Amino acid sequence: MKEYFDLFLTFAKIGGFTFGGGYAMLPIMQKELVEKKDWTTNEELLNYYAVGQCTPGIIAVNVSTFVGYQKKGILGSIFSTLGVVTPSIIIIMLIASFLQNFSQYSAVQHAFSGIRVAVCATVFVAIWNLWKKSIKKWSHVFFCIIAFCLSAFTELNPIWIVLLAGTAGMFTYLKKEDESK
Amino acid sequence: MSLLLLSWEFFQIGLFAVGGGLATLPFLDKLVDKYDWFTAADLANIVAVSESTPGPLGINMATYTGFTGSGVLGGLVASLSIILPSWVIILLVARILKKFNENRYVQAAFEGLRATVVGLIAAAVLGIMQLSFFIPEVAGFWNQINYKALILFVALVLVRFKFQKIHPIALIGAGALLGVVCGGF
Repeated sequence: MKEYFDLFLTFAKIGGFTFGGGYAMLPIMQKELVEKKDWTTNEELLNYYAVGQCTPGIIAVNVSTFVGYQKKGILGSIFSTLGVVTPSIIIIMLIASFLQNFSQYSAVQHAFSGIRVAVCATVFVAIWNLWKKSIKKWSHVFFCIIAFCLSAFTELNPIWIVLLAGTAGMFTYLKKEDESK
Repeated sequence: MSLLLLSWEFFQIGLFAVGGGLATLPFLDKLVDKYDWFTAADLANIVAVSESTPGPLGINMATYTGFTGSGVLGGLVASLSIILPSWVIILLVARILKKFNENRYVQAAFEGLRATVVGLIAAAVLGIMQLSFFIPEVAGFWNQINYKALILFVALVLVRFKFQKIHPIALIGAGALLGVVCGGF
């Protein structure tokens, strides 16, 4: 039971301190799940993001379901997923009840402008670290830069980028039957 | 409004909105026309609040819209309904991946995917950086740069590099505090 609570609380922490999309969650997930708890690895996290990008639903929820399931099966995935959404549900309901024009307060806007810069900084360092750890071959650099350009400079849906990369990966990195054993 | 209908609508959004929180926006937009649960003005406020509060954007928006329409129960039903499809799908994918983890085709595909995801996340951050570091309203390139924000960014990156142990949450807290103290970036 203690482990389920641990899953719930860890993911509640991740959900409660993430501002922005699923990518903003990456540095906190690395810290909590890879460095502190050793529940997953950087490589697995990237795999989950890739799957989360082309399956429906909210990426943060997808990643927490993955990790919870891997750690403690279906029940674990329930605890981790509920954990990641609980802070949102509470905070939003409080704001909706008492602070309808929350986003118009100047203190909130000022705080958020600082938060946005901090999120940029943490994700920037996270990408830097991933680049050093996960980009090991020239072909990786190629995959990474093509994906970056397609995503930043075209309107192409990320699903297609992911499907394209998966297919290209199969051709590029497929090992011969005997080699992989 | 009936909670069952609310649940069904958000279940569908969870099933069809691919690619993160903002992907749910067009679906919520359709709900404005279809029902009288909330108005277009409500939706604008919902997006603004959801973006300036912690937590996954999609969950924030679902909770807020459900709550606006039918109170606490509505908020709970909407957010649980939106995660249900992806929870089921991810469980299926996780089981399949567990089975085919050793498969050489799967391994090869994921080697390409991992490098790709690094690029995708970098592109997402580039968008946010543009928003934070450029002020498009003024004329002249050099005037458009938000130097205050840029300095904070460089400082936080250096702190994070120097002290790898520091928790990202601490940096986000520092950002919020400095934002209030300095009157925004």
